Amino acid sequence: MSTKGIVRGIVSNLVTVQVNGPVSQNEICYIDLNGVQLMAEVIKLVGQNAFVQVFESTRGLKVGSEVSFSGHMLEVTLGPGLLSRNLDGLENDLDKMNGVFLSRGEYTSPLDDDSEWVFEPLANAGDVVGAGDWLGQVDENFQPHKIMVPFVFEGSYTVKEVRKAGTYKINDTMAVLVDAEGNEHKVTMVQRWPVKKAMKVYREKPRPFKLLETGVRIIDIANPIVEGGTGFIPGPFGTGKTVLQHAISKQAEADIVIMAACGERANEVVELFTEFPELIDPHTGRNLMERTIIVANTSNMPVAAREASVYTAMTIAEYYRTMGLKILLMADSTSRWAQALREMSNRLEELPGQDAFPMDLSAIIAGFYGRAGYVVLNNGKTGSITFIGTVSPAGGNLKEPVTEGTKKVARCFFALEQARADRKRYPAVNPIDSYSKYFEYPEFQEYIRELAGNDWIDKVNALKNLMQRGKEVQEQINILGDDGVPLEYHITFWKSEVLDFVLLQQDAFDKVDSVTPLDRQKFMLDLVTSIVDTEFEFDGFAEVMDYFKRIINACKQMNYSAYESEDFNKHQAHLNEIIQERAVKN
Amino acid sequence: MATKAFQKIYTQITQITKATCSLKATNVGAEELATVDGRLAQVVKIYGDDITLQVFGGTEGIPTNAEVIFLGKAPTLKVSENLSGRFFNAFGEPIDGGATPEGEEREIGGPSVNPVRRMQPSELIATGIAGIDLNNTLVSGQKIPFFADPDQPYNEVMANVALRAQTDRIILGGMGLTNDDYLYFKNVFNNAGVLDRIVCFINTTENPPVERLLIPDMALTAAEYFAVDRNEKVLVLLTDMTLFADALAIVSNRMDQIPSKDSMPGSLYSDLAKIYEKAVQFPEGGSITIIAVTTLSGGDITHAIPDNTGYITEGQLYLRKDTDVGKVIVDPFRSLSRLKQLVIGKKTREDHPQVMNAAVRLFSDAANAKTKLENGFDLSDYDERCLKFAKDYSEDILAVDVNIDTTEMLDKTWEIFGNYFRQEEVNIKQNLVDTYWKN
Repeated sequence: MSTKGIVRGIVSNLVTVQVNGPVSQNEICYIDLNGVQLMAEVIKLVGQNAFVQVFESTRGLKVGSEVSFSGHMLEVTLGPGLLSRNLDGLENDLDKMNGVFLSRGEYTSPLDDDSEWVFEPLANAGDVVGAGDWLGQVDENFQPHKIMVPFVFEGSYTVKEVRKAGTYKINDTMAVLVDAEGNEHKVTMVQRWPVKKAMKVYREKPRPFKLLETGVRIIDIANPIVEGGTGFIPGPFGTGKTVLQHAISKQAEADIVIMAACGERANEVVELFTEFPELIDPHTGRNLMERTIIVANTSNMPVAAREASVYTAMTIAEYYRTMGLKILLMADSTSRWAQALREMSNRLEELPGQDAFPMDLSAIIAGFYGRAGYVVLNNGKTGSITFIGTVSPAGGNLKEPVTEGTKKVARCFFALEQARADRKRYPAVNPIDSYSKYFEYPEFQEYIRELAGNDWIDKVNALKNLMQRGKEVQEQINILGDDGVPLEYHITFWKSEVLDFVLLQQDAFDKVDSVTPLDRQKFMLDLVTSIVDTEFEFDGFAEVMDYFKRIINACKQMNYSAYESEDFNKHQAHLNEIIQERAVKN
Repeated sequence: MATKAFQKIYTQITQITKATCSLKATNVGAEELATVDGRLAQVVKIYGDDITLQVFGGTEGIPTNAEVIFLGKAPTLKVSENLSGRFFNAFGEPIDGGATPEGEEREIGGPSVNPVRRMQPSELIATGIAGIDLNNTLVSGQKIPFFADPDQPYNEVMANVALRAQTDRIILGGMGLTNDDYLYFKNVFNNAGVLDRIVCFINTTENPPVERLLIPDMALTAAEYFAVDRNEKVLVLLTDMTLFADALAIVSNRMDQIPSKDSMPGSLYSDLAKIYEKAVQFPEGGSITIIAVTTLSGGDITHAIPDNTGYITEGQLYLRKDTDVGKVIVDPFRSLSRLKQLVIGKKTREDHPQVMNAAVRLFSDAANAKTKLENGFDLSDYDERCLKFAKDYSEDILAVDVNIDTTEMLDKTWEIFGNYFRQEEVNIKQNLVDTYWKN
């Protein structure tokens, strides 16, 4: 018989339950409130008292209410049909809920029991298999969705039988496996997994090196992220975190994109709901929503479920990675998740760390980022989870605990900057402070040379130097005045402005400019490099700004035109004329 | 509050702090209302039969043998058409001398809207103020605060916005309003002849601060009634949310909670989000738009209250006095409306986004030129032209006393562009320049 308990104390969503039997840490229980079952998670145990965080409002709950424990941790249901869903932080299907308002205790399944799937076997009777191995596949949207040996199965099993190709429902037995003791186990298309446990059914986790194309130039060129890489976007409010994240999620060359809207604005989630079904994936030409799962715990939804939401999203990502797919997981924002941890830690009256966050915050963040990565599966195929989280630093101060904890583990740092946003230079990613550690990986450099040419790395490095130099001479000009510095300084500064305006800035709301495929990025990199490498002649500093503004204007007109279109060629010809006006001829 | 028959009355309070009192009682629900010596209170902590109550009116003069009566429900508001034109206190009791309006009793601070049942906001709210309509367009279903120093005319600007906006209903939630400001709002609404479409929930500086905690939920429960039940476009004004947050800090301090940044409770983000996220566009046409005021201390937006607010709301508006023209403007640099992308160039003329950005960019060049001037450097011809542009732009377009429609704002901006700049200096798509360039 499962453990029961009764409510002894209530402070907001922290409830103390007196239990009559064994209970485990993180076990899920249900509190009865006049017939409505409120889901809760055990977060601390002291003697006969279990402290549980309730995933719902506790309004009206009374001492003496009955509690029943489930015997398992917070789990998600995994199986075909998850794609295109709008889920809440506990994996309930939001579209299946009744009414305009969320009601307490309403839990809906993310899968449809009656949906039919066309199955194709991949394993044969007699095969020896282990957790995560592929038994067959069904077609989910346009992705092959693998039916796998459940991840909870330990050791090896012999396949006794796999169902023939045909149409089945998710709860049908698709295979029968026999363990070492000769016991038979039935496998369906559905399995469950506790969200806080990392799924480790792969052979190895090598260093990632393949560029994950995002179409955002300041990322792909200057701070590239790779398949299986990790990155984070810290930035004060109003600097364009969400716009940048949405741009990446729409354009990235991933098989599946999972958006965890964690404690953020509901209207931003609505934007995803509204726009994604209308948009086309630039890489496959399919509807964007077909490859997307949205996990939404908006800021007004219960706090405890906010913490769960990022784990739910990560677990779904791990499930699809084990099918050999490229997953992009975006979490906006991990700071809200940290705040949820802080609220509970505070109610538990734990001794606080910096800014009242729990002491183990950076360990929790590191553990979470560690679940991303590029893996080689047991069958030799590869899969990856690329994770990009946003961080909302309090007061825009990057020395706060969440940013610092994240900086230790994320390999790409896309620093959004207030000053840049104020000047409307979008994306407001600071080109000097941001970095990608992958750019230094020899494996990556080799890969990108193969993909985009031998001189790619050198050109990018040269432009980064120019950016730095441009900033330095600008400071000099500001201190010494326009006529107090050599003419050369003005030229260097304006060349860095060309680089900034043409290559690094990008209009996320323009159809053409918002996404730049790699071949066009290569063209632009070459173009800007050739402009900044050109020697120009001027009679005085006053001419420099006017001239380069014309160059920038011509380049921007090109950016707004479809690649190699008539308009594009016209603007390019015009650009060449401008360049010829002052280029020193050798 | 009237006592009902068979209610158990407790008379032994075991502990009293400035904002809370504790006693032993049974069968009490979380967040249940009670009266302590006739004052309203709410259950904030239950452990066994130890109950802690937050007393909204403060605990001054409460004796240990005061009568405590539990009301068996969370705070409620009776909603109906009869709320129109009325003024209430934080408990939803009339303060205008009228009778309590009848209506359906609803718990305040109710559940959240399922995000998939929301609609993407898409309807522009015109205010005639260019700093808003042109640069930071408001959209119905949006939530946006004014970040203002206490000496700035935020209540006046907000009242103006409310009156000019095309909405069915205006609901004012006043927290810690001075009596003068309360009377100001009352007069403005009265003189504009809109009393029949307003509802006010008022807590003045003369009322106990903890009572303020109920104001936003009261205002928004009324708003949800009008937006959901009657499909109306509702505009909710909340002023001043800083004083609301201060009240949160008082309560959490009395409950011995560990404060996080700036002595604010660790839950400040969630507490504020619960309020602001009530802003919504419903598919049936009803909507709730929230315009709030968050007063700053010395313009510091890194303080926990404006900081958390900024992460929740869809932008923020700053007022600033432009000393060059002597007028109050909505600061084009720091102000932002996140939802403007949904309407500009779609519900407004196609050149709106580019004109807006170009003008702000030139305004920023003018600011740089001004810095140069102040540092004693010579100005280039371009700098001079930027400064002239900035003056015209500020005076004829940005100033909050200008009241023109968006198309007129765009035409005027093109005109000023043409007065001072060459086409290639404004950095706008050529086809738009070809269509709209003046002179």
